[in-house]
Amino acid sequence: MLKKSWQGKQLKIAGVIAFGLLATACSQTRPELAASANGSVAAGTSQDFVVNVGDRIYFLNDQTALSGEARMVLDKQAMWLNNYGAYTVTIEGHADERGTRQYNIALGARRAAATKDYLVSRGVSPSRIKTISYGKERPVAVCNAESCWSQNRRAVTVLNGAGS
Amino acid sequence: MSKAFSLIKAQSSKRLFYKMRCFAGGALALLASSFVTQPAFALLELDITQGNVQPMPIALPFLAGVGTQTGMAEDISNVIWADLQRSGLFAPIDRQAYIQKGMNANSMPRFGDWRTIGSQALVSGSIVAQPDGQIKAEFRLWDVFAGQQLIGQQFFTRPDNWRRLAHIIADSIYQRLTGEKGYFDTRIVFIDETGPKDKRRKRLAIMDQDGANVRYLTRGDNLVLTPRFSPVRQEVTYMSYQGQNPQVYLFNIETGQREMLGHFPGMTFAPRFSPDGQSVIMSLQQGSNANLFLMDLRSRRTTRLTNTPAIDTSPSFSPDGRQVVFESDRGGTQQLYVMNSDGSNAHRISFGPGRYSTPVWSPRGDLIAFTKVNQGRFMIGVMRPDGKGERILTEGYHNEGPAWAPNGRVLIFFRDTPGEKGGPKVWTVDLTGYNERELQTPGFASDPAWSPVLE
Repeated sequence: MLKKSWQGKQLKIAGVIAFGLLATACSQTRPELAASANGSVAAGTSQDFVVNVGDRIYFLNDQTALSGEARMVLDKQAMWLNNYGAYTVTIEGHADERGTRQYNIALGARRAAATKDYLVSRGVSPSRIKTISYGKERPVAVCNAESCWSQNRRAVTVLNGAGS
Repeated sequence: MSKAFSLIKAQSSKRLFYKMRCFAGGALALLASSFVTQPAFALLELDITQGNVQPMPIALPFLAGVGTQTGMAEDISNVIWADLQRSGLFAPIDRQAYIQKGMNANSMPRFGDWRTIGSQALVSGSIVAQPDGQIKAEFRLWDVFAGQQLIGQQFFTRPDNWRRLAHIIADSIYQRLTGEKGYFDTRIVFIDETGPKDKRRKRLAIMDQDGANVRYLTRGDNLVLTPRFSPVRQEVTYMSYQGQNPQVYLFNIETGQREMLGHFPGMTFAPRFSPDGQSVIMSLQQGSNANLFLMDLRSRRTTRLTNTPAIDTSPSFSPDGRQVVFESDRGGTQQLYVMNSDGSNAHRISFGPGRYSTPVWSPRGDLIAFTKVNQGRFMIGVMRPDGKGERILTEGYHNEGPAWAPNGRVLIFFRDTPGEKGGPKVWTVDLTGYNERELQTPGFASDPAWSPVLE
């Protein structure tokens, strides 16, 4: 499922390259993903983490429970972080726009906390993990549909220095 | 900017108030004496206790400019007009219909002429340049049917305060005719939003209550949210992500000084002043839980008010400072709770279908406004502090975050529109649910909060 969505993004990138499409489309692709289109990602880099591990998990509406899929991603994240012990991370918790501001700030914090707790349970030292909530303030998808809102209800594990 | 504000303050504290006998002029002196012998009238007053108020027809001829900058008297007149009209309680009559022309502060109205065009109230006056560079405003409010003067006032101020002068006059008219305090000489603090939806730049901004004089208080480098006005000082509390460390801040509008409030072991958010302005109540996030804390601004001591494994947020004091309303999901979904201000006796007050959030206690004490979300619809409503008497004032795709005008008569909130091009705008609505109006802002705008009436 998650693989699929990554493939989707890669296809979009391919499209951008092939047709030289609009700048707006370009701005939605991230440089570390573009690199993956070449298949040349060095192990232990932030590109490696984003492309081969997956930096984000998704939540159901108004939920903070980790799905089976989310746990699989976090298992891989924990393994990777345990391999590359020099990295510290910031987990960003986010909510979709269909809630009120203050509650969403707390909801994003809960999602980040749930993500952190899981990584800690898989052996990542809590001292390496910071959390921050952006509530509904930082959507990645902007359409007026569940297909976008579901992408925004997320927790993103950001390698420090790597940017999100 | 800080200078301008303090000057305005100084000026308005020197506000002079004269009864009509202060005005020279034969006709008016005559009228003054006639007061004595007149029988008691049921003087003009607008009944605004009913749901759907019939706006009062009022005549607002241009104030006469005497030696003032071209257009200033007209501009002041137009701001008074716009204030009264936007309140929804007054229907200013088109100036072309006026029969008696050339009114000024010393004109005796020909009441028959004003009755003929259907006006119930009339405002006349002058703006007169003073030798010291100030301007003098004289105005009178007349009851057209009784043929009586209701108000005669004089103000002195600097010409660049002309908008405030207009709002002060409009407040005076509003208060005399409705029996409620005016709210035109106030400001709105809000979040200005620019840029695409997935890269919004948010700035703390302030404007006059009618949308004029927008100024930006932060540059947009940091995400800022939920500003709230101090009830007693030119001070705002808000949340900022400065240094990627989301915390509650204080901002002094007069000095431009900014400071983080306290050093909490986690994110602080959803701040609001206590009614005496001496404390800030807010949420502290620790792990999965958000609880309510009170910080005394003088001693900087903090007191924990709630201790639950839940999201307790959006606290708002009752105007007497004895109770706090807040939202909590301790029962499973977002609902409204009221507790004593020491944290005791928390009890749920919202029981309708859907989720309730962002409660805010009316400055009159009798109502709590809130955001309600039900089946994908976002509404602004009010209920009594015991949870009874719920009324929805507006409903749609996304309405959020009500705040009260200082007289408890009008609510301001933001309305978001869907999709990539969508964004929030600020709206006002009368407590009755009528007179919903967009407040024009330069860009998208959210999280509005009202200042107290300026002093």
